[in-house]
Amino acid sequence: MSLPTVAFVLGLLIIPLAVTSMAWQKIIIIACIFAFLALSFDFLAHFVGIVCLGGAFFTGVGGYISGLLNSAFGLPLVITIPIATIGGAVICTLFLLPCLPMRGIYFAIVSLMYPLLFARVIQALNIFGGTDGLPGLATFPNIWVELYLILPLILLLTFGLRRLVNEDFGMVLRAIKDNDQAVKASNINITWFKMKAVFLAAAIGCFSGAYLAHLYGWVGLSLFALDFSIFPIAATVVGGVGTLVGPVIGALILTLFSEMLREFGPLRVVFYSLILAGLVILNTGGLVPYLQRKYHQFERWTEI
Amino acid sequence: MNIFIFGLVNSVILALIASGFALVYGVSRLANFAHGALYILVGFATWLFLNRLGINYIGSIFLSIVIVSIIGGAIYRFFLIRVKGMPASEIIASLSIGIAIMELFRWRGFIGEAYMLPPFVTGSVSIAGVMIDWQRLIIIGIGLAMMLSLWLFTHHTKVGLSLRAIAQDKRASMMSGIDPDRTAVIGLAMGSALAGVAAVVILPLGSITVETGYMVLTDAIAVCIIGGLGSWMGVLAGAFLLGFSQILATAFIGPHWQMVVVLLFIILTLILKPSGLLGRQKELEERV
Repeated sequence: MSLPTVAFVLGLLIIPLAVTSMAWQKIIIIACIFAFLALSFDFLAHFVGIVCLGGAFFTGVGGYISGLLNSAFGLPLVITIPIATIGGAVICTLFLLPCLPMRGIYFAIVSLMYPLLFARVIQALNIFGGTDGLPGLATFPNIWVELYLILPLILLLTFGLRRLVNEDFGMVLRAIKDNDQAVKASNINITWFKMKAVFLAAAIGCFSGAYLAHLYGWVGLSLFALDFSIFPIAATVVGGVGTLVGPVIGALILTLFSEMLREFGPLRVVFYSLILAGLVILNTGGLVPYLQRKYHQFERWTEI
Repeated sequence: MNIFIFGLVNSVILALIASGFALVYGVSRLANFAHGALYILVGFATWLFLNRLGINYIGSIFLSIVIVSIIGGAIYRFFLIRVKGMPASEIIASLSIGIAIMELFRWRGFIGEAYMLPPFVTGSVSIAGVMIDWQRLIIIGIGLAMMLSLWLFTHHTKVGLSLRAIAQDKRASMMSGIDPDRTAVIGLAMGSALAGVAAVVILPLGSITVETGYMVLTDAIAVCIIGGLGSWMGVLAGAFLLGFSQILATAFIGPHWQMVVVLLFIILTLILKPSGLLGRQKELEERV
């Protein structure tokens, strides 16, 4: 393992021990949730070529499934979270399936619309607790369980996805991104492959939704809030697109930044959407590719 | 009769909302996700001019529509032009600009019932036994007039013809000396102005809230997907289909089912005819 990898792994595992107050540990958890969503966005956008603006759709579906199972049937969270992850991913994939055969902006548009529409449907039909949500869900026993459930999973997913995109399966996905016609000409069903990729990304998103539901012990319409769609994209762009490590680092940085701006209230959304717009328009590579470049320059210089 | 009249009003409202979005997408293949933000921007700007600066109603409407079309053109000229041709970046950039505008209003405290525009003409009238207020009739009138003038503009003026030329074949129109960037700026300015017209006509029916911006965006996109992205007649067809089925659902099932109808129509359109009702030109291209 190279030095940056070791630093990343150890850093992520040690952060919660280094900070002392409970409030900061909670902030780390929130950062991890956004890191999950950012990972799923980065995976879909830069390895499959699907721009998904619906992070909130995944968190909402996952959260509501796990909340309903917990409040209606009294299942413990050890069971509800896995069910919500898999079941939610199946539901999300089925809803997004119609726009998978299409190129262009359909997927982005539809995935942006679903969370807004679902929130309004729940509100209008007054199902699943309506505007009040479902309170009184089971919570985790203590903060160390919360922390050390999610941190190793982040590491697992980061390195797992990095390995996956270099396997045969990932090769097909990246080929779909570059030239879908050629993949189709090789007698590969691209919709099937895209579906599997969306399932994977949706499972990541649904897990973070279910986790969030049990973290607060409450499920509500705020799980469909636009923050869960836009913040992870900002994190990905800050950290570095197409690197899979970048989104995690970007989420940590951006959450820290957002905590510092806590006193501004709703203005925080304005800040990070402006950051996002600025970075996208200026087309900066992001933090991680920049550091990678510097690191490799440095390494070569010492060896010769 | 009730259903017919209110269905007509609802359809014209949807068509007004969606026409700006469809115009921008048709001209420059750019999904303008800041559409909802521009819509409420006009609402708040008109309110500010009217109540804070004391300009009369017609003047403040005119002023705010001019301002929003300049803002729309500027958004393209200074921001979106840099990411032209990268659909993902275009969407993310315009969406985040839109969210920034809308959340800025939320931060300034523009929430609640206090922000209302007065209707153009108060009172109501009875048509074939149905009571309807004048504002809704004005909406139908202005909506139809705008559709007609838009049609005349795109078929009989030089600028309008160049907009259509760019939409149909970019290279050929560039060879004929049409500047695609300038056309796109005009297209986005006009799209914003259309959003502005829709806003000042429709907003007097209710209060101005930040959530309206998001709703307008989803409604506009829904109409465009159902009617076919980039198709002019498709917007009308989609608006009438959606408008009447929403009113029918309200009348026969319950008022809460409007959103479910929208969701259902989008999913059905994507499964059965992904290019939309009348979207012909990209049918082969969109489906891989």
